[in-house]
Formats: sequence, C-alpha cells, structure tokens
Amino acid sequence: MSLVQDIVAASLIVAGLLIMLVGSLGILRLPDFFTRTHAASKVDTTGIIFLLAGLAVFEGPTQAMGKLLITIAVIMLANPVAVHALARAAWNYGERPWSNGDDSGGRKSK
Amino acid sequence: MESFFVGATVALVGIILLPFYRVIRGPTVFDRLLAIGAMGAKTVGLVCMFGFLYGRFYMFADIALAYATLNFIAGIAVAKYFSRERSAEK
Repeated sequence: MSLVQDIVAASLIVAGLLIMLVGSLGILRLPDFFTRTHAASKVDTTGIIFLLAGLAVFEGPTQAMGKLLITIAVIMLANPVAVHALARAAWNYGERPWSNGDDSGGRKSK
Repeated sequence: MESFFVGATVALVGIILLPFYRVIRGPTVFDRLLAIGAMGAKTVGLVCMFGFLYGRFYMFADIALAYATLNFIAGIAVAKYFSRERSAEK
C-alpha cells in the first residue's frame, strides 16, 4: 500500500478507537439512563464510522470496501433508532430523567 | 502495519469489555440493555478488524453487515417488549 494510505487509515482507526473509548466511559460514568443514551447512541455511532472509514481507506477500491460503506450506512441508521426505541420504552416504563442534585442514579423506578 | 492491527484489535476488545460493569451494576434493566446494545454495535468494528487480521476481509464484511442489522432488530424487539410490560403490570 502507498504510505499515505496507511497513515490516513491508521489515524482514522485510532480516532475511531478513542471515540469508542469515550462512548464506553460515558456509559459507565454518566449519572442516569437517559444521559447514558447520549454516550451509547451518538458517540458510539461516530466511533464506528471513523473506524470503518479507516478500514475502508486501508482496503482500497474493492467490492469489500463497498460492503464496508454499506455497513457504515446501516449503523448510521440503525444504532440511534434502536437506542431511541429503548429510551421511549424506558419512558413508558416510568423512568424519569435525572435532575441536578438528585443522585439516585436512576433507581427511582423501583 | 500488521502489528498495528493487532494492537488496535486488543484495544478494541478492552473498549468492548468496559460496559460490562454497567451490565452488572446498572440500577435499572434499561441500563443493562443499553450497555449490551452498545457492546453489540462495537462488535461490528471488531469483526471487521478480525477480517483484516486474517487477511480475508471479503468474508468478514458480510458478517459485520449481518451482525449490525441483527443487533438493530434485537434492540427494537427488546424495546417493544419492555414498553409493554409495565402497562401489563398495572
């Protein structure tokens, strides 16, 4: 592979990994379920987009790269919708968002 | 470039295992579902990385695509189940 392609691919992959790390830490650290949905849907999807884009750059113009781009499109559509459905289910179930100062961490619904 | 992929894959496995804490401790059932959904979404990237590690990415591309779709369908099914359960209890 040409050197430039390697460098661009490697930097995109590292960026994707770092964003996914932020997503995981967000899921662990944020106080309430509804705040964690930010980490799980938006940050996660961006991390995967960067990772798969880096792999696509590294792959070069082959058929597998087309499948990679389709996978990116599927995840961009699917991931936020699934987490939104989950948040809607939580709202119907009786969960209420965290407000400042209340540190029950989402145990109100018990 | 090969060792870079091995390092990136190991880092990705570490990142995927992080939400397990939320699965174990999560106060509400939805936290657990959220963590599992996030791990499922990240596994798509892991499958692609394995494809490059083995040098046969054209086989793994389909697996990643199928897994992304299945993860979405499972998420919707679980959300639909739970949004109905509370009204059944009342």
